Amino acid sequence: MSKPILEIKDLRTHFFTDRGEIPAVDGIDLYIQPGEVLGVVGESGCGKSVTSLSVLKLIPQPPGKIVSGSIVFKGKDIVPLKESEMRKIRGNSISMVFQEPMSSLNPLFTVGHQIGETIRLHRGKSHKEARIHTLDMLRKVGIASPDAILNEYPHRLSGGMRQRVMIAMSIACSPELLIADEPTTALDVTIQAQILDLIRRLNEEQGMAVMLITHDLGVVAEMCHRVAVMYAGKVVEEGSVHDIFKNPLHPYTQGLIQSVPRMSETRERLYSIPGNVPVLSMSLRGCRFAARCEHVMPRCLEAIPHLSQQEEGHSCRCWLYESTQEDAV
Amino acid sequence: MSETLLEVQHLKKYFPIQKGLWNKTHGHVKAVDDISFSVHKGETFGLVGESGCGKSTTGRALLRLIEPSEGKVFFEGKEITGLSAEGMRKQRRDMQIVFQDPYSSLDPRHSVQRILEEPLIVHGVTSRKERQQRIERLVEVVGLSRSHLHRYPHQFSGGQRQRIGIARALALQPKLIVADEPVSALDVSIQSQVINLLQDLQSEFGLTYIFIAHDLSVVKHICDRVAVMYLGRIVEIADKEKLYADPQHPYTQALLSAVPEPDPDVKPKRIILQGEVPSPANAPIGCAFNTRCPKVMDVCRTDRPPLRDTGEGHSTACHLYTGAAEVV
Repeated sequence: MSKPILEIKDLRTHFFTDRGEIPAVDGIDLYIQPGEVLGVVGESGCGKSVTSLSVLKLIPQPPGKIVSGSIVFKGKDIVPLKESEMRKIRGNSISMVFQEPMSSLNPLFTVGHQIGETIRLHRGKSHKEARIHTLDMLRKVGIASPDAILNEYPHRLSGGMRQRVMIAMSIACSPELLIADEPTTALDVTIQAQILDLIRRLNEEQGMAVMLITHDLGVVAEMCHRVAVMYAGKVVEEGSVHDIFKNPLHPYTQGLIQSVPRMSETRERLYSIPGNVPVLSMSLRGCRFAARCEHVMPRCLEAIPHLSQQEEGHSCRCWLYESTQEDAV
Repeated sequence: MSETLLEVQHLKKYFPIQKGLWNKTHGHVKAVDDISFSVHKGETFGLVGESGCGKSTTGRALLRLIEPSEGKVFFEGKEITGLSAEGMRKQRRDMQIVFQDPYSSLDPRHSVQRILEEPLIVHGVTSRKERQQRIERLVEVVGLSRSHLHRYPHQFSGGQRQRIGIARALALQPKLIVADEPVSALDVSIQSQVINLLQDLQSEFGLTYIFIAHDLSVVKHICDRVAVMYLGRIVEIADKEKLYADPQHPYTQALLSAVPEPDPDVKPKRIILQGEVPSPANAPIGCAFNTRCPKVMDVCRTDRPPLRDTGEGHSTACHLYTGAAEVV
C-alpha cells in the first residue's frame, strides 16, 4: 500500500457558542491514497463539511477551533502551520470546490481575473501567461468558447457554468488533492452528470485525489473508490464502495441505504430510520445512534464503541461487532 | 378508467418582463406554455423537470395562488378558473398545498395549535370543542404528539416542520393536495419517513396528490402517472412503469439516464446533454428542446410538436413520433 497523501488522526473541531461547546467533529480518522476518490457521506450536521474546512484550516475562529488531532498532508502536519504557510497550500496543492459557486466566487471580479489570480500567486506567472493558462483551464472543464466568458462576471453565468469556473480555478495549479463539498447539490441532474463526468476525468487523467463530500448515495456509488459514513461528528463505518453498499455493517449505514428509493426497483414502502439526529453536545454519552437503533443494547448507552476493522479495509463503529474482542482499545 | 378529479386545458402563465421608466413590457417569460393534463381520483400524479421548467408555477396556477394567463382548470367537472376570489377561497377547502421549505411556510409567531386552528376557523368550524378534537386528531395522524401543540415552528426539526405543513393541508379534509417538492429539503433518513407518511395518509383519506419534484427516484417510488416538463411545456406523460421502462422523448431519456443509482454495480449508459437549458424568456422556436437534442431534425427548429398519443396512455411531444394521433 502506498503512503496516503492525506491522513487525518483523531481530529476534533469544536465550536464554542453561547449554548456551550459543540463537538462538530469528534475524533475522526480518515486517509486518502494518491489518485483515490474518497466519499464522505452523512446527513446535515454530521460534521462532514467541518471536516473538509478543517483540512484547509478555514474554520471561522472563533467560534470554531481545532481542539486536537493531526492532519498530515504529504508527511507534514498542517495543524500547527501559520496562516501564511497555509496560504501556500490552499489552491495550490489542496484546493476546494464549494456547494454554492455564487457565494464562493467574488462578484466584483471577472472570471478571468479570479482564475488568473490563483495562477499568478502560486506559479508566479505574468498576467499574459496567466491568461493563456486560464483559457486552457476553461477549455479543460468543457467550456466551448472560453474567450467569451473570460471577461464575464459570475452573476452572468448559469449555475452549471459557475461550478465549472469554480472547478477550473481549483485545478489551475494542478492540486494533488481536491476537496469537493457537495459540488453538485445545487445543480440539476443533467448538469450534475456533466460535472461528475468532469471530476472523474480529472481524477483519472491527472491522478488527482478527490475527497467528495455529499449526502447523495447515488453520487457516492458512482464516483468513489472508498467511503466513510459519518454520523453526529464521528465516522461510523469505512470501507470500499462495494463493502458499504453491498455489505453495510453499521445499523445506520444499513438504514440509510435501505431508505433511498431506487430507479431500478419498485418497493411498496421505504424503510425509514425512526427519530431524528441528536443535538450535539459535550454531555452525549454512548453510541450517538443508540436512540434510533433497532439493535440497541444496554452497553450502547454507556460507552462509545471503537472504530474497529471487521474485514480487510472495512471498519465499523458498533458494539454488535465487538463482542469477541472485548480487550480492543 | 377511473374518474377525473382535475382537468387542465391549455394552461399558460406568462410573466411580463418590464423595463425602462414606464415599465414598458418587453416580451414575456413563458413559465408555463400551453399545457394540458388530467388527474384521476385517488392517484398520485407526478410533475417532474429541472429548475425553471415551470413545474412549481403549474402547481400554483392550478390553485390560483398565481393567476393563470390563459387556459381552464376544472375540478370535479366545475370550472374554477372563472370563480370569484370568494368562490375560490371556498373551493380551496378541497384543494390544498404543501410547500418545499416548511420553515418559510409556517408563521414563526404562531404556535402549532394556532397554525392548525386557523384554516378551521376560516372555513367555518365554529365549535371550539370540535376544532380541538380535530386538531388533536391531526397531530396524531401526522406522527406528532399533543404536547407539540403549544410549541413554535423554530422548536422543531425540518422533518417535524414538514409534518406540521402536511397537518395544516389536511385540516379541512381536502380531496386534492399539491405537494411542491415536499421532501427535497430533508435528509435521506427523514425523507423516507415523510414519503411513507404521505402514502399512509393517501390510503387512509383517499387523497389525490399532485407531486412536484425534481428527484426522479422519489417520483418513481410515489407516483402512479408522471408528466415530464421542459421549458414550460409537457414533453411526455405516461404511467410510471411505462415512462421509466420505455422513455420516448429524447429529453426524458437523457434525464432518466442522468440519475445516479445508489448501487456501485450499476453502470448507467449515460446520455450527457450538451449545453444548458435556454431561458424561458427566449425559448427556441419549434421544439423547446431542439438546442440540446441529440436527435434534432430540421422540422424541430420550425414546428412545435404537439402531444401525441403513442398508445396505452403514453403521450409524447416529439417529431420522432409523427405517426401517432394528437391529444386534445
